[in-house]
Amino acid sequence: MSKEATATEPDAVPAEPAVEPAALRAGKDGGLGWGLKTVVALTSLVLIAPTAVVIPMSFSGGTTFAFPPKDWSLRWYESFFTSEAWMRALLTSVQLALLVAVTATVLGGAAAFGLNRAGFPGRGAIRSLVMAPLIVPSIVVAVSIYGVFLRWHLTGTPIGFVIGHTVMALPFVVTVMLTSLSGYDRTLDTAAATLGATPLTTFLRITVPLIAPGVMSGFAFAFVYSLDEVVIALFLQSPDITTLPVKMYNSITLEIDPTIAAASSLMVVATSFVLLIPQFVRRKRSTR
Amino acid sequence: MSQADHSKSPGNSHGIRIAGVSKVYAGTSRPAVDDVSLDIAPGEFITLLGPSGSGKTTMLSMLAGFVSVSAGKIEIDGKDVSRQKPHKRNLGVVFQQYALFPHMSVTKNIAFPLQQRRMPKAEIAAKVDEALRLVHLEEYADRLPSQLSGGQQQRVALARAVVYRPRALLMDEPLGALDRKLRDELQREIARMHRELGMTFIFVTHDQHEALTLSDRIAVFNEGRIEQVGTPSDLYERPETLFVAQFLGESTCFRGTVDVSAGVLRCGGFTPRAPRLDAGLDGSGGVAVVRPERLDLHSDAGSVPTGHNRVRATVTEIVYVGNHHQVGLRFADGTNGSAMRVAGRDLPAVPGEEVTVSWDPEHQSVVADPADEPTAERPAETLGAAAT
Repeated sequence: MSKEATATEPDAVPAEPAVEPAALRAGKDGGLGWGLKTVVALTSLVLIAPTAVVIPMSFSGGTTFAFPPKDWSLRWYESFFTSEAWMRALLTSVQLALLVAVTATVLGGAAAFGLNRAGFPGRGAIRSLVMAPLIVPSIVVAVSIYGVFLRWHLTGTPIGFVIGHTVMALPFVVTVMLTSLSGYDRTLDTAAATLGATPLTTFLRITVPLIAPGVMSGFAFAFVYSLDEVVIALFLQSPDITTLPVKMYNSITLEIDPTIAAASSLMVVATSFVLLIPQFVRRKRSTR
Repeated sequence: MSQADHSKSPGNSHGIRIAGVSKVYAGTSRPAVDDVSLDIAPGEFITLLGPSGSGKTTMLSMLAGFVSVSAGKIEIDGKDVSRQKPHKRNLGVVFQQYALFPHMSVTKNIAFPLQQRRMPKAEIAAKVDEALRLVHLEEYADRLPSQLSGGQQQRVALARAVVYRPRALLMDEPLGALDRKLRDELQREIARMHRELGMTFIFVTHDQHEALTLSDRIAVFNEGRIEQVGTPSDLYERPETLFVAQFLGESTCFRGTVDVSAGVLRCGGFTPRAPRLDAGLDGSGGVAVVRPERLDLHSDAGSVPTGHNRVRATVTEIVYVGNHHQVGLRFADGTNGSAMRVAGRDLPAVPGEEVTVSWDPEHQSVVADPADEPTAERPAETLGAAAT
């Protein structure tokens, strides 16, 4: 434990006399050193800052992006919720995200089961392939998808969107599910079999409940990924299917008004909420 | 096989029959279990004892159906189950790591096998209560496994494995994960459950103490084969192989050449008398095995009873073990041995002194000397040494 603490805290080591083993000192309180705490605080600040700016701006009473806003109102939220175009984009995004989440969870779950439980040649290669979208720049993937989908007449179709986003969301689902499965004790399956349970019953009554948090996390990640995704959606968009991020992107290049701040704020709240659900469920279970 | 339809009536149960069973795992050449045959009577408590890698757990896995049988067959109550899936065998299994379902309460864990058997709810509730009483966990019915101690979890596992009255209860090192005090406690629980349920218990362990205290019979496994099957006292008093003698308990081992016509074992400079010698061993290497409590120590050679074997030895150490003293001995031919002296009796010597060691030949066994076995060079001290 103390060894890990020092390894992640290199900036604190030189401050210590050379004779004093750093591990001992780090082990004293067992918590994070001040150096690491500073890094964590700065990182969090950088990550949160844009959100901290955009949310107050969405409650602005003026027609420009002023920070901090001079007066407060809900007019931009009203503008967002009463605009047919915004509402259509929101609905489209939510529908697509749900479809993507379901598809990615089913496919990713199956892939994770295969990678975790079956020993077959080329397992590593398949795993890398599934993970590839994490590494390949999304613009490259988007252009490729666009090229292929044009030929297949899938651009501007819901199926096209779902396929494109599912491919990109799979690595998240597979990673979360693999973690969940690696913590699953297969002896439980064996035990259930000796107690008279068929493989199907074992799966439904033992495996599924135990890996459910992983499944939920995977679902949430896929949902949020699709809701947020803009590059592929830009390429695949049509007048009929414009997702919320694409609508936001388009609106910022054409008209500048704080409605987009309201849309952004809603997006932040929605995605945070979705990602936190599995956490809450897990906590509730462990304290039960 | 023609009586297969009778097998359901309890009065006509045949127990478990293991007939020439072998297991060769894919990618290995040496069988994990090698032509093992064993008949287990209904209601018997039998222990498969052996060091790790001796095949005892593989044997249990084949009984339970987790591992397929490479050759031979397993019959339960006269029915061949060698190809049957685990969930159809109706056996109870207790695992070393408990294997309780972590998301279910104690009650739900125990009810699980009954639900699989489509038992009515009221009946399930009654059976679960009965099982909880059996393992003294009535007040823990609503706890999750994570809220129980290791010993309590294993008791839940035991209750879950017997609540549906399986044809036999298989246990794979069930006490292995517990500390000493809990082990002793649970050991007594298991013995009591066996008495109360009258069920066949098949128990796998590497712990000789567990095997000796619990079992009706013990099958000692070594390198995939059964070395000897018998009651605990059979195995302890009359080991048939050097492995059994060294794995179960301590012993002093004198090596020599068997002379059947003279009824002795010819060791260098000393020829202990040996009754009941196996004629097949004549002229070949033999080992006379004597348990520490059978060795008498005399400061005066004149006090040795007539007819007893005797030999001089040097006392190397005396260890006080509470209720007895353990006396380390070195014999003239270099053999090391140990004797046991009940506390309260005078010790005839101090370390460094010579004593006369004697024993009744009736309490000694002569077994074949597996000269090629490297561990046979020294007498077995403890389980750990023999287990490697």
